[in-house]
Amino acid sequence: MDPVQEKILANPRFKELVARRNRFSFTLTALTLLVFGAYNVMAIFAPTFFAKPFLGLTIWSYGLICGFFVLGFSFLVTGIYTRRANGEFDALLKETLRN
Amino acid sequence: MKRILTSAALILAAAPVFAAGEAIQGEVQKAATNWTAIGMFMFFVIATLGLTAWAATRTKSTSDFYTAGGGITGFQNGLAIAGDYMSAAAFLGLSGMVFAKGVDGIVYTVGFTVGWPIILFMIAERLRNLGKFTFADISSFRLEQTRIRTLSAFGALTVVVFYLIAQMVGAGKLIQLLFGLDYGYAVLLVGVLMVLYVTFGGMLATTWVQIVKAVLLLSGATILVLLGLAHFGFSPENVMNAALENHAKGTEILFPTKLVTDPISGISLALALMFGPAGLPHILMRFFTVPDAKEARKSVFFATGFISYFFVLTVTIGLLAITLVGKNPEFLGADGAVIGGGNMAAIHLAKAVGGNLFLGFISAVAFATILAVVSGLALSGASAVAHDLYASVIKKGKASDKSEMAVSRIATLVLGVLAIVLGLAFENQNIAFMVGLAFGLAASVNFPVLALSIFWKGTTTRGAFIGGLLGLIVSVALVVLGPAVWVDVLGHEKPIFPWSQYALFSMSASFFGIWFFSITDKSKRAEIDKAGYDAQFVRSETGLGAAGAVSH
Repeated sequence: MDPVQEKILANPRFKELVARRNRFSFTLTALTLLVFGAYNVMAIFAPTFFAKPFLGLTIWSYGLICGFFVLGFSFLVTGIYTRRANGEFDALLKETLRN
Repeated sequence: MKRILTSAALILAAAPVFAAGEAIQGEVQKAATNWTAIGMFMFFVIATLGLTAWAATRTKSTSDFYTAGGGITGFQNGLAIAGDYMSAAAFLGLSGMVFAKGVDGIVYTVGFTVGWPIILFMIAERLRNLGKFTFADISSFRLEQTRIRTLSAFGALTVVVFYLIAQMVGAGKLIQLLFGLDYGYAVLLVGVLMVLYVTFGGMLATTWVQIVKAVLLLSGATILVLLGLAHFGFSPENVMNAALENHAKGTEILFPTKLVTDPISGISLALALMFGPAGLPHILMRFFTVPDAKEARKSVFFATGFISYFFVLTVTIGLLAITLVGKNPEFLGADGAVIGGGNMAAIHLAKAVGGNLFLGFISAVAFATILAVVSGLALSGASAVAHDLYASVIKKGKASDKSEMAVSRIATLVLGVLAIVLGLAFENQNIAFMVGLAFGLAASVNFPVLALSIFWKGTTTRGAFIGGLLGLIVSVALVVLGPAVWVDVLGHEKPIFPWSQYALFSMSASFFGIWFFSITDKSKRAEIDKAGYDAQFVRSETGLGAAGAVSH
């Protein structure tokens, strides 16, 4: 390992940054799996509810509207992650690397 | 506890089946020659060949060839990734599924999409930071080059060949259906165009062909939905009312059917679906075409957006077709079934709402889709041969840029010939297992080695090699002994391995193998492998020392 890398590895701010970013990744991963799981639970254990009109507002069923919601949710969480990682985390990383 | 396990199994059982590639097969009827469609398709071919000629002038080094010089933006790469994912089979197969069965189709699309956020959170930027041209760069980053590269290259090549055969056969059948061309011509045409794009234009042409196709497919599907909605006064309520009224199953289409009744098979399926894309060489390769981790993240963000939007359109197309195609005698045969089979719902809808011209356009887009996907596959196969096997293993990293380029071009040509020959050979074979096998292999050979070498310090060369090999052997054995080959191809009465999905077993074998043969590895090489982890860790998290973009 070259000395620059050794210095980075020994830097507590680098460790903290990586830990923070990983915590964020794991939280979002868990959230995504939870939403995916919940959708499937609904399809399997509550098929009647799955087929019911959404909130009574439209004839489109919970299954369809919630399915579209999960698709939108996937887009949203990738957006949230990208924004924070490209903004806050990258700025912190740059600063740490400069030191 | 048992109850929890059962419910967990059931959740996973509902995970979607990979419809891609399995959608178009078996006997199909040749349609009357459709000149509008052929004309539009020729236009696409000429335009993309022009694009290739332009790309050829900018493809000089291996970096240009494999990664377009790393100069693709996140937005462009997002479109290209989405393009790789929006295959003809996904477009026709999923809309056909909604048309035939109802909400099952949307449950499928949800599973298709959810793997992408996970890829972003866990591996996208690490891939970009560690790799240069191929994913083997990452798995062999601190492990011994010879063994791990060879394993990864073979992992990549087997995935590519099975996927290629499935696409070639699908293309042949689809073209018979859409254009009324002979199967043999269709396969030959796809093979020749693929070789032209890749050998001359490299990654730059391959990416732009994929982008053009993605834009055509997204706009074509959007127009299709708008024209369809116009028949219902743009009221979603009317669409749904009509669908419920006109579908033979009535309101039953709102209920999910028993997608997968067996929990073991369901878990396997979910695993292959989630982790397959993270081991597909032509998808992983796209992460090296952007300049840095920032753009890699953006790529996945845009790709997820395009994929989600595309699936909303696909589901809507299926619902529109229930009324506009299912009740139109023009598209129904004497037996009351849809002409050409359930996968033709979207194509018939195009004719119903936009006439012959629009039908030609949508058909041409469907064909362009196949072309773009096979080109990406051929390029990733060529890079495994030239970069991993030739330059890194045989020449020990001392190959000249020029000779590596020459090898990659020859490799593309060989892959093209192979694809044509195998495409012709498998015309009337049952190829449903091939896409499943490609995904299973990606999830159980490429992905475990990649993931553990990135995340687990204890991974050693011996562990990764034996574990990856175990995944390969178990996958192939279970496919051969399973229903897809043992019964459907070899004609035995009962399969020895009862499930058609097997990733649960092959992935477990692979992960266990890597773990077990790493912790028991007391060799000198194991010391070197573990000592290299810290440097790899710093680079994977910071991108320091990563291959940058080449400016033109």
